[in-house]
Amino acid sequence: MSDKKMGFFLGCIMPMRYPGIESATREVLKSLGVELVELKGASCCPAPGVTRSFDQTTWQAIAARNLTIAQSLGVNVLTICNGCFDSLFETAHQLNHDPEKLKKINKILKEVGAEYKGETQVRHFVEYLHNEVGLDAIKAKVKENGGKPLKAAVHYGCHFLKPSNVKKIDNPERPVIFDEIVEALGVKSVEYKDKGTCCGAGGGVRARTPDVALKMTKENLTNMKAAGVEVIIDCCPFCHLQYDVGQAELKEFGIPVLHLSQLMGLRFGLDKEKLGLEVHKTPVKL
Amino acid sequence: MTTAAKKPDAEFAKKVVEAGGKTLNLCFQCGTCTGSCPSGRQTAFRTRKLVRRAQLGLKDDIMKSDDLWLCTTCYTCYERCPRGVEIVDVIMALRNMAVREGNMAPQHKKIAELISKTGHMVNLRDEDKVLRKKLGLAEVPPTVLISPEALNQVKKICEVTGFYKLIEGGSK
Repeated sequence: MSDKKMGFFLGCIMPMRYPGIESATREVLKSLGVELVELKGASCCPAPGVTRSFDQTTWQAIAARNLTIAQSLGVNVLTICNGCFDSLFETAHQLNHDPEKLKKINKILKEVGAEYKGETQVRHFVEYLHNEVGLDAIKAKVKENGGKPLKAAVHYGCHFLKPSNVKKIDNPERPVIFDEIVEALGVKSVEYKDKGTCCGAGGGVRARTPDVALKMTKENLTNMKAAGVEVIIDCCPFCHLQYDVGQAELKEFGIPVLHLSQLMGLRFGLDKEKLGLEVHKTPVKL
Repeated sequence: MTTAAKKPDAEFAKKVVEAGGKTLNLCFQCGTCTGSCPSGRQTAFRTRKLVRRAQLGLKDDIMKSDDLWLCTTCYTCYERCPRGVEIVDVIMALRNMAVREGNMAPQHKKIAELISKTGHMVNLRDEDKVLRKKLGLAEVPPTVLISPEALNQVKKICEVTGFYKLIEGGSK
């Protein structure tokens, strides 16, 4: 199975709230020679923080149905969201390695005429760019004098690398994989206090206790601001939303938030109109 | 003033293990989890205490508590635990058990309804369609939103697993 052709898993927040992330992802991957296939009929991954918290079987069955769509097209799955990555990767990992679990989930899928064979792989945008596309290919696309931003706070989020005994992508305490891509784009990834801390939104916390979520976000923003960054770069639409909408809710900071795909769009010299920046609640003036 | 002794449920820890919290009993209460928790830094949530209560079977303290829902599932404690307690898995098991007993916050119920009835956790608004079109994307994303048949599959799964009943108020 060639991983130059990938099933593009859309999820929810990207296509409905930040479609600019979707168009940027499609454009930059196209320019890097990656073909994206539509996973027609896919649903919510479903959101791990809430769905998995409520019922792990339902969570896994819906995730497995999504995997069967890629399976029927003969492609692996690519996602630009840590939440989708968590649901789909974790489900694929468990079902691809545990025949008993696979049997249990397939019993449910049988009711909807589907069967998961336990072979599909799920990849995260950042890991895919780093290990499949490669830093040199990315560097080659960067336009000279790409302008601002020059100093970025890279935010990994939680479910891209963790749990690391399952994801096995990079060291969860001192990762470099995402920073290396940002630096390949000619942007300085700045060290800041407690880098690697959760944005605050996950696990159903933003929905249930938004004030608690916002306190966590505020602490991260304070540390980012102290490091003098011009922009926050994320790799997850939910972290993206938490930082972007969060700053509007906090009524302070004003640090623009970009998904990696949008930053790539800027550095590749893509038409800014294609990045959908006007819906950001924290204005992006770069 | 005295407080009544709490009644532990001896079977509780076993149930947590069965529900997915396999490593619960490895905890020796060092507190690395609490010290690592970004939520606990802002609130009175103490991960170590939650794990201890689960080990002791202080079921009532856990099932109806807010603490259980203050974890963002960031996995920092899970990564750092010197005993290899997969703490997020323990918390997920506890949450599943709490929900089965009818403890689901109204805000969470709303999201669970959205996912199980529309196939997505957020809705597609007219303004989203306008922007999608402007960006050169399909006005409606090619998901369950374009396929009633696919949406019916998601609904059927929720029916088969008893998810709708859970949302309605547990399934004790």
